[in-house]
Amino acid sequence: MGMGKEERQLIAKRAAKEISSGMMVNLGIGIPTLVADFIHDSSGVMFHTENGILGMGPSPEQGKEDGNLSNAGGYPCSIVPGASFFDSATAFGMIRRGYLDITILGALEVSEKGDIANWIVPGKRVPGMGGAIDLAQKAKKVIVLMSHTTKGGSPKIVKECSLPLTVKEGAHLIITEMAVIEVKQDGLELIEVMHPYKVEDVIKNTGATLKVSDRVLVNK
Amino acid sequence: MTVDKKVSKVTSLKDVKKYFSDGMTLMCGGFGGVGSPPSIINSILEQGAANITLICNDAGFPWIGPGKLVTEKRIKKLLASHIGSNPEAGKQMHEKELEVVFYPQGTLAEKIRAGGMGLGGILVDVGLGTIVEEGKEKTTVNGSEFMIEPALTADVSIVYAKKADPYGNLVYDQTARNTNPLVAMAGDITIVEAEEIVGIGELDPEEIVTPGVYVDHIVQSEGVDWKWVWEKRKDN
Repeated sequence: MGMGKEERQLIAKRAAKEISSGMMVNLGIGIPTLVADFIHDSSGVMFHTENGILGMGPSPEQGKEDGNLSNAGGYPCSIVPGASFFDSATAFGMIRRGYLDITILGALEVSEKGDIANWIVPGKRVPGMGGAIDLAQKAKKVIVLMSHTTKGGSPKIVKECSLPLTVKEGAHLIITEMAVIEVKQDGLELIEVMHPYKVEDVIKNTGATLKVSDRVLVNK
Repeated sequence: MTVDKKVSKVTSLKDVKKYFSDGMTLMCGGFGGVGSPPSIINSILEQGAANITLICNDAGFPWIGPGKLVTEKRIKKLLASHIGSNPEAGKQMHEKELEVVFYPQGTLAEKIRAGGMGLGGILVDVGLGTIVEEGKEKTTVNGSEFMIEPALTADVSIVYAKKADPYGNLVYDQTARNTNPLVAMAGDITIVEAEEIVGIGELDPEEIVTPGVYVDHIVQSEGVDWKWVWEKRKDN
């Protein structure tokens, strides 16, 4: 947490590279929402919202907002040609049925096996899971965007999650302000490092074993 | 072939108050406040019913949608997928004034849909391997494990629609549809707040989302309050 605008945008920009034409994609609240601004070719990408849109478009101009057209976070949005509206049961039916190519969400902790914790800090913060469990368990690819450490500097990528899980072994890719990490069968692999950090910084701030790819990229 | 006054379900906000009572189970349409019926919620507040069990996608905002009922301490138990947008609900939960039961959003929607469809429940695997499965009955079908989630119905369902005809056929508007068609089907008594009430035959049968048989009473909306949801946030 406590990341600046530039770091948040860097993360979103990197996540946008995972999206290609023809995909059905759900963006969570926070940094994931920013991803839409960085997609090079948004043609044919259908953004899904839990409140009942397939084919969400960009934020409308000020003064052109429609009170009955918002994204799942309650912010005004628009639709693209080919969009459809549907009820909440259908919105989640298409997720459970396996049509969602990518879901991009935030997390409090991710384990080296890809376990994600993001909806409850027992006794402290209990907002509820919303649609996070449905999305993380059923999307074909789950991308986690988050700060690499907590405000206090503790690693958020850990051996075992200490918080109740959202999904077991669900994450495929973790993108932070420091690194891009792939969750593989045999553990975590560092594939990219974000400028100005070094491989050693990432290892020092990660609470799980990291295999460093022999072709690690540096993102500027 | 017209629906005459005897069968018209159009009534007043004052007349629907008799359906609200202490201890009732209330189901409310809406998602983050958008699409919740504000005029009916106000009439519940005026009528005074308390100790309500509320079933709703979320707790809305403190002064928007069903969140108002929470703020005014009318809710004893809440079944929802999240309460993150309503700090008052979180506060009451921690002080043990409000019991909250959380369900994954898609599971909650489908439990409501099952209630409206006359089913006993659903088989779902969302949340297996997490605390969601605690205390849930399970079964195996075709080699896969599922939780058995009982269907949900309510004494009273309240929904918001863009258009209603006197028989209760409903049309919704964009993302203000959300859980409304599901909630409309699951109430023993379903009361609709409509932005516009049109004559019988004026809705194209192909565009009707909720068939009128599910609807008992229709009231004219006095206007909505949820624009604030994002206008307020924009100012922050």
